[in-house]
Amino acid sequence: MNAPADLSPQVPAVDFARQSAVVARLHAFMPAAQVLSADEDTRPYECDGLSAYRQLPMVVALPDTEAQVSRILATCYEMGVPVVPRGAGTGLSGGALPMGDGVLLSLAKFNKIVAIDHAARTARVQPGVRNLAISEAVAHLGLYYAPDPSSQIACSIGGNVAENSGGVHCLKYGLTVHNVLKVRGYTIQGELVEFGGTALDAPGYDLLALVIGSEGMLAVTTEVTVKLVPKPEKAQVILASFDNLEKAGNAVAAVIAAGIIPAGLEMMDKPATAAVEQFVHAGYDLEAEAILLCESDGTPEEVAEEIARMEAVLSQSGATRFSVSSSEAERLRAWSGRKAAFPAVGRISPDYYCMDGTIPRKSLGEILLFISQLEKKYGLRCPNVFHAGDGNLHPLILFNANDPDELHRTEEFAAEVLEKCVALGGTITGEHGVGIEKINQMCVQFRPGELAAFRALKAAFDEKGLLNPSKNIPSLHRCAEFGRMHVHGGALPHPELPRF
Amino acid sequence: MNTDHFSQAIRTAAETGKPLRIRGGDSKDFYGQALAGDVLDTRGYAGIVDYEPTELVITARCGTPLAAIEAELARHKQMLAFEPPHFGADATVGGMVASGIAGPRRAAQGLYYGSVRDHVLGVKLMNGEGEALAFGGTVMKNVAGYDVSRVIAGSLGTLGLILDVSLKVLPCPVASRSLRLALNEAMALSKLCEWGGQPLPIGASAWHDGELCLRLEGADAAVKSAAARLGGEAVPQAEADTYWQGLREQTDGFFAGDAPLWRLSVPATAPAITLPGKELIEWGGAQRWFKTGAPEAALRAAAKQAGGHATLFRAGHAGKDMLSVFTPLEPVQARLQRNLKQAFDPRGIFNPGRLYREF
Repeated sequence: MNAPADLSPQVPAVDFARQSAVVARLHAFMPAAQVLSADEDTRPYECDGLSAYRQLPMVVALPDTEAQVSRILATCYEMGVPVVPRGAGTGLSGGALPMGDGVLLSLAKFNKIVAIDHAARTARVQPGVRNLAISEAVAHLGLYYAPDPSSQIACSIGGNVAENSGGVHCLKYGLTVHNVLKVRGYTIQGELVEFGGTALDAPGYDLLALVIGSEGMLAVTTEVTVKLVPKPEKAQVILASFDNLEKAGNAVAAVIAAGIIPAGLEMMDKPATAAVEQFVHAGYDLEAEAILLCESDGTPEEVAEEIARMEAVLSQSGATRFSVSSSEAERLRAWSGRKAAFPAVGRISPDYYCMDGTIPRKSLGEILLFISQLEKKYGLRCPNVFHAGDGNLHPLILFNANDPDELHRTEEFAAEVLEKCVALGGTITGEHGVGIEKINQMCVQFRPGELAAFRALKAAFDEKGLLNPSKNIPSLHRCAEFGRMHVHGGALPHPELPRF
Repeated sequence: MNTDHFSQAIRTAAETGKPLRIRGGDSKDFYGQALAGDVLDTRGYAGIVDYEPTELVITARCGTPLAAIEAELARHKQMLAFEPPHFGADATVGGMVASGIAGPRRAAQGLYYGSVRDHVLGVKLMNGEGEALAFGGTVMKNVAGYDVSRVIAGSLGTLGLILDVSLKVLPCPVASRSLRLALNEAMALSKLCEWGGQPLPIGASAWHDGELCLRLEGADAAVKSAAARLGGEAVPQAEADTYWQGLREQTDGFFAGDAPLWRLSVPATAPAITLPGKELIEWGGAQRWFKTGAPEAALRAAAKQAGGHATLFRAGHAGKDMLSVFTPLEPVQARLQRNLKQAFDPRGIFNPGRLYREF
């Protein structure tokens, strides 16, 4: 989404005395070039991948050693200054939105692959290393890092840890939480702490599982040890066309019912297919109401066996057309459209808003119908791409951000879709995170007791509430206000503004 | 099904300061530090709440027998992929999650299997005030809020009473066959590491006393070609089933006797560990069992040296009142873990001291 700064939180003007005091303290152990405070220097950090929310940070710190990270945190802890950690800044939920009275802690200089252990099949990397760079660095060993978010060319592993990122292959190979063995980092007090380990099942509570997906609110990550897996010898993808969405949805269930776990199982609806086809010329069936991409990987024998079973199921499920990739080039071409769906949509609309709800697969038909009704209600188009295998939806609402009313309608549209996901037994976010963007919908998904438990958990790690506060977990106040707005018909403009 | 009796018991415990000892089928009471408190029996709260094979998710109440869940899954050719040990006919799903113990398939290659926590999608938990809270859900991908449900796995009931749990399930492998190879310990460890880096369908592995046993699982063609490539002697199916079941349930002869049973979790690449007594290796080298009377300090030192940690899995004749069952925590970890316990159970009424004596 590339909308203007319309939804940004309103905070008081910078407190220059405070800013100077923080800068002076940081300069005691960091060179001037690593501590930014002038507007023109901090401007590049004012937003992440969700640019509708912008905020200049009071100070940007660019440490390049763990000792500096530790001292920055200890200093901020002592001074009571909030800290927002940031990786590559590609996040889609505003999880790295700075605070006007806080330090933006950029881990961009932590961009090295520290060690690759071939025998153990692990890589120790700094958080700023890009997801794809890990797989590239170990390709010659026949290994790769499995989670592959569509943004893998740009997103960094530190951000993947913060969001528990998925990708198109996670049904079979798992999410970030299944592929990270250890996170080394620092508490808000500046103490070194290690979660997990290269031996399985670290003693005590599984804090590693808690830290992954915690949106940088429990500790600051400085090193990640990931699991590497053998690259499958072969992969093939089936492109199957369906003349209605429900049949396609049922085909997904039928594949799973047949005992098959595809390496990837993705769906695109007709408008999404049309948008990407003119962008990448993947040879998609433009007549189909929905197309499925169903991938098998493994040894050549395994793939041949599985593809035959998939073909049988898809054809029984009423596929009107299907083709199997006959070469690696053909397979990559089939995927090129799906991976390029967001930029392709960006070409047909000035702006788009990407949602990330997850639903039980069986409700796919219902949510699609609901979305098509909302298209009429709000007068906005919404092509759909899904991680169909795991029920994770990415509807893309097309709008023009220069039209304030369209932006407002988009926000309402999105909120309705997310709340419907919760009503269907799903969740408001499958892989992009809550951040600042979906914080109101947290009040829909969770009850006060659960939110209170989240806050107590946060306090167990960060008693003063200084590490990326105001993200992910809403205050009860905020939910009360949001609830009240709902009761009164949601008439207030921009309900996502933090008001408390 | 009503949970009022649970909230009542919890509120009473909170008021009187008398802790509760949560118990299902009484199959894993041996695990962890000494037990304390009045028994809170979960078995009355049982039953599968929801199971749709095409969603790959099952939701069940805490007191549901693990055997009932596995039987229902088997009817649809699905399974709990982490092969949880029952350790008794009455084991419940709540106890399985609370103990967080996985079986032989834990470190399988290929399709992602993993441990108990890797398959927990959601829990409904009753906190120290008798209030039911829902975390996670029934979908594969869910990053709303903190991932509390995975932390509940292996927490030994110290963070709250698990009411319901939703677990990811997977299809049973189409084909399975086991092989046996004569290899010494060092060779077996080295081979396991080598194979681990290759796309082979090794679903389980175990080495003991000069013999490495492998279970190949997956597509028929893949299992056949791997078996041909790895060689060794084919183990007849019935014998293989008994063997893997014996490891999973610790009924195999290796586990017999009254000597303490230690579990060393180490990087799979760690070299052979020499300690008195006998040894059995699982999980491609990542889990090493020792039946030994060696002192705690020797086990802890060996585990640390190998880059891992040691658990006194079964105390046997040694008793455990004076010992720490789990590896002691570093100070920062210890503080965070204590704080977490405090956050969920401020009055300290759930299984106090079962995980660490300090909390």
